[in-house]
Amino acid sequence: MFNGRDVVYCYDGSFDGLLCCVFESFVRRETPIGITAGAQEQLTLTEVLDVPTDPEKAARVGLAIPKKISPRTEELVKIAFLTFGEDKDLLILKYLQKGFSVGGRIEDMLADDTVNALYRAIQHCTTEAQRMKQFIRFSDFDGYLAAVIEPKNKVIPLIADHFTDRYRNENFLIYDETHRMALVYHSNRAEIAENIYFEMPDAGAEEERYRELWKSFYDAIAIKERYNPRCRMNMMPKRYWKHMTEFSENEFAKKKSGTETIGVKPSLPRN
Amino acid sequence: MDMFEKLKILGESAKYDASCTSSGVDRRGGTSDGIGSASSCGICHSFSADGRCISLLKILMTNYCLFDCKYCVNRRSNDVPRARFTPDEIADLTINFYRRNYIEGLFLSSGIIQSPDYTCEQLIEAVSLLRNKYKFYGYIHAKAIPGADPELINRLGVLADRISVNIELPSQKSLNALAPDKSKSSILLPMGHITNRIKQNSYEIVKYKSAPKFAPAGQSTQMIIGATPDTDFQILRLSEAMYGKYSLKRVFYSAYVPVGDQKLLPPAGTKPPLLREHRLYQADWLLRFYGFKAEEILDEQHQEFNPLLDPKCNWALHHPECFPVEINRAPYEMLLRVPGIGVKSAQKIVTARRQTKLDYPDLRKLGVVLKRANYFILCSGKRAEGLIVTETGIMRQLMSASTVKELEQKGGFEQLSFFAQENNVDKFPALPSLPSVEDTVKCLTGEM
Ligand code: SF4
Repeated sequence: MFNGRDVVYCYDGSFDGLLCCVFESFVRRETPIGITAGAQEQLTLTEVLDVPTDPEKAARVGLAIPKKISPRTEELVKIAFLTFGEDKDLLILKYLQKGFSVGGRIEDMLADDTVNALYRAIQHCTTEAQRMKQFIRFSDFDGYLAAVIEPKNKVIPLIADHFTDRYRNENFLIYDETHRMALVYHSNRAEIAENIYFEMPDAGAEEERYRELWKSFYDAIAIKERYNPRCRMNMMPKRYWKHMTEFSENEFAKKKSGTETIGVKPSLPRN
Repeated sequence: MDMFEKLKILGESAKYDASCTSSGVDRRGGTSDGIGSASSCGICHSFSADGRCISLLKILMTNYCLFDCKYCVNRRSNDVPRARFTPDEIADLTINFYRRNYIEGLFLSSGIIQSPDYTCEQLIEAVSLLRNKYKFYGYIHAKAIPGADPELINRLGVLADRISVNIELPSQKSLNALAPDKSKSSILLPMGHITNRIKQNSYEIVKYKSAPKFAPAGQSTQMIIGATPDTDFQILRLSEAMYGKYSLKRVFYSAYVPVGDQKLLPPAGTKPPLLREHRLYQADWLLRFYGFKAEEILDEQHQEFNPLLDPKCNWALHHPECFPVEINRAPYEMLLRVPGIGVKSAQKIVTARRQTKLDYPDLRKLGVVLKRANYFILCSGKRAEGLIVTETGIMRQLMSASTVKELEQKGGFEQLSFFAQENNVDKFPALPSLPSVEDTVKCLTGEM
């Protein structure tokens, strides 16, 4: 639809900011070759256009999406914004440009390159969010639950509802080490905190005990005649193991477990 | 005895039960007291070293048992360490594992102590402690004890999300031989009772919103594979009947792992028939999601699965008259019958072809894996470019990678002629050798 132009849009990294980039591209009737969040000094060869975040413009685009394209597109774009691909911003812009031109039909255009690429990114992100619901492990520190995760996508907004509903009367924290953000739930109120740092404290005796009980159950439930590490790895990729209780080593474990396990103690993944 | 030892004994003695799903019920906690929720598609929280999903704290309340079922580790005559959990211990473990997100809930079963009624009452006590004292909203799967009073089963069903009665052996003959304390009717009776209760309950709920839900995630069962001479066809037909007659949500298959040397049973050291179990799960999947009938998959003349091919590929090769199908026009049901096209791919094709005519690159973009499908489809009347159709070529693509490797090592490919028998599909191809079992098993419920 619009012509490509040798320009890079630069915005503040917020969702509203990205919507302003979309606004700008419509005003200028152009598609930039790239979008970056935050100032990028190296890009001297290409023209850089600073797009300031204007809540009014953002709101205009934001309201138009469900009306002119579809409510589902609004949801999809919000998830796409959480994905980690370098070109995710540009992809969202192109998707919306196309969406505003063809309408709700865009949802079904699975064979279109932009649509397809965006859906793949979203799929990766929602799959990872699902994996988090499966594999997050909390530890109890005097009644306060805490978990650390290292996702590639910013999954916290996608899992917040699940955990706040499930643990509605607990106090807990899920810390995303990759993005330095956390879901903090306290006195029945949830909040997403950004730019923070958290380190897991040492576990107390009671916490250790439940961890060890879990590990011994984990080992007991495997049938050794059916040992199948490949299947396990497919279902539970190694990069999640690092933060999972069943694979963690500790002093208590060495003292306690005199029993033979069938190769369940893996070495930690490298990445 | 300390908790570690108990958990080891009672976890190990529960491990042969194949079912570990937490699916079938959606329940939000909302603003209620207590803890927990349930998600209709279930959540697997871990996978054990054998690759099986761990979703629930699967334990026996006790492995003491009055009965002497020959295939069971917990049988009275087996010399194994025994233990018993108190209802408090069960509730405490469940809650503490649940809070740490180790599990979706509890799967509680038990050996039979004192009497079926007494055993059932003990289960009820543990489960009601969880529901009423701890206000636990997570998933609970409870085993109905055969022979227990129907009223007790009713009480258990109101507390649990899923109830199961394991049929274990696929025929009366096998039951007579191996489970002297059980009979087909002692198993089918509670199963039928639960089915009726679930049906009745669905009316009650419509009428009175506050009526307590009875096993909202339905009923399941399990069969042991390879302990008895029952054929795959008999087993599959029984599953089909149970899905129909008893509206079961799931039938699980459990490859028999010898538990000590016994007459009448495969000797210790016999490998569990994992490939067979895998084929049964594949066929079961075809029954539930692909619109197949048991008789289409196997029949009186072909009572066993083809070890080289999954049941869907096998069906396709025996029905050349149905192929190739046109991707842009074929009905959804027919797309589902193409080897390599699963439910997700078929749905995507149906969606995308409303917008544009699909060609091969488009299919790839949709994520349709063409390795197998290629031989059975056309896009706008055309075959995939450069597709060379030879017998061994097709076989190679249709078999799993490990089967191919195995055959190659044995130099068996040349002897493998499938299409030679196309007009005379009396028997499956002569087998050069059986593929190695462990390798072929991907995952139990993998799509084909
Ligand atoms: S009644 Fe159940 S626990 Fe007891 S021996 Fe039979 S199968 Fe095993």
